[in-house]
Formats: sequence, structure tokens, C-alpha cells
Amino acid sequence: MENLSLHDPPPPGDQPPQLPQMIPQLPPQMFTTAAQLLDLTDKKLLVALRDGRKLIGVLRSWDQFANLVLQDTTERIYVQNLYADINRGVFLVRGENVLLLGEIDLDRDDDIPEPYQQAPVEEVFALQKKEMEERKRKEKVRTRKLQGYGFEGDMGVEGIL
Amino acid sequence: MNRFFTPFFKTLVDHEVTVELKNDISIRGTLKSVDQYLNIKLDDISVVEEIRYPHLSSVKNVFIRGSVVRYVHLPGAAVDTALLEDATRREAAQASAKAKQG
Repeated sequence: MENLSLHDPPPPGDQPPQLPQMIPQLPPQMFTTAAQLLDLTDKKLLVALRDGRKLIGVLRSWDQFANLVLQDTTERIYVQNLYADINRGVFLVRGENVLLLGEIDLDRDDDIPEPYQQAPVEEVFALQKKEMEERKRKEKVRTRKLQGYGFEGDMGVEGIL
Repeated sequence: MNRFFTPFFKTLVDHEVTVELKNDISIRGTLKSVDQYLNIKLDDISVVEEIRYPHLSSVKNVFIRGSVVRYVHLPGAAVDTALLEDATRREAAQASAKAKQG
């Protein structure tokens, strides 16, 4: 990656397209995937994946596809009004599976909203399994009904974030 | 297409927008950055229906992968629709001129 800071002028000959000429533009290197992920590096992040998993870990490396390497990762499972943490270690996540990355405000870290209480992993895990099966069943019925009307389901994101 | 949309989103930086994801969660925040894939970075976020999505309660800013975005709700006042229409027509005219040549 080039060592451009956000305040460098744009490279010569690289003119922005015509649309916003009358509107002042910030330097184009602010608007790259790299620039967006750069300030998240080495921070404690929450990563939500497409299958509904939530990982909490320190972002150590990434590329333009949002492939990520996370260190000291824990997976947090929420079910009903319970949650559990599982230690997972180092994670390499393929970019296509990423929904979003959130920087955790360390001042507000671990204040889990009111109704949620920590519970043993096994208990939460069993509950989650049950909930997922129930959801799958419902989803199947819905898809079948929609297909009856000629619709294809929106299968873009399977998980409930 | 990117020639057009990325610069457009760039003009909305520092405005409040609401991003609706494909899994129905809506996140409101200040638009900080957009890139060529329409990955979006939001600051000072709040989640609509926060209690259903407890994992975002201690998160202050997010990077959202462009591929999971369904809608971006924009502040109407910040969008110059006339300028957009004009730019779109110009683009279309150019494209059809090119098609005729080729």
C-alpha cells in the first residue's frame, strides 16, 4: 500500500469524475477500503458475520476485500435474554462473510443491555440450536409459500445479525 | 456506475444517513467514508430497535460491507436532484453516442 496520509493532495492527472465539480471534494485516498480499515487496525472490534455470528477481537490485518485477521477472538452468542462467550483464538475471516465491523467503545465495553444475562455456554448453545431449527422451519414454510406465488426468497443474508 | 455513485456519496460525507442492511437491521449514523464497493463507514451510530441487536450497544463507529447494504436513506435536503438528473442524462447521452459509434 502507498504511504499516503489523508491530508496529502491527490496524485496529478487523477481527476475526479465530472459530477460534483462545484462541491468541494475531500482527497480521494480517504475513500478507499484501505483508508476506512486503517483506523480500525489494532482496535478491539465487533465483527458480525453473514451466518449470524458475532466475534469480538483485535483486528491485526486486512486487505481490500475486507478479509480479516482477528486476534484474541471471543464469539458471543445471544439467545432470548441470555448470552455466553466462547474463546476462539485467532480468526481469519474471508471478506464475503463479513456484514460489518464495529469499533467497541472501551468506556462502554461490556455494558450489555438490561435484559441480557450471562449464562453457561452449554445452556446458551442448546437454546441457540433450538432457536435456529425453529427459524429454519419457519423460513422453509415462508419460502415455499412465496414460491407458490412465483417469488424467489431474499437469500442474500441468512443470519439474523 | 462507480464513476457516478462514489462521487455522489462523497458529497454526503458528514451528513446523517440511515443504512438498512439485507438482514433488516437499520443503523443511523454520520457518514464518514464510502469507497468503490460502496462500503460505508458510519460514526456515532444508533441502531433502530436497539434491544433486538444487543451486540451493537457498545459500538461507536461501524464499517459496513457494501455487499450487505439494502438501502441507504439519505437526507433529502442534502441531495441536489436536479444536478443528479443532469449528470445521469449526460452519462446516458455519452453511452448512447458511444454505442452508435461502435
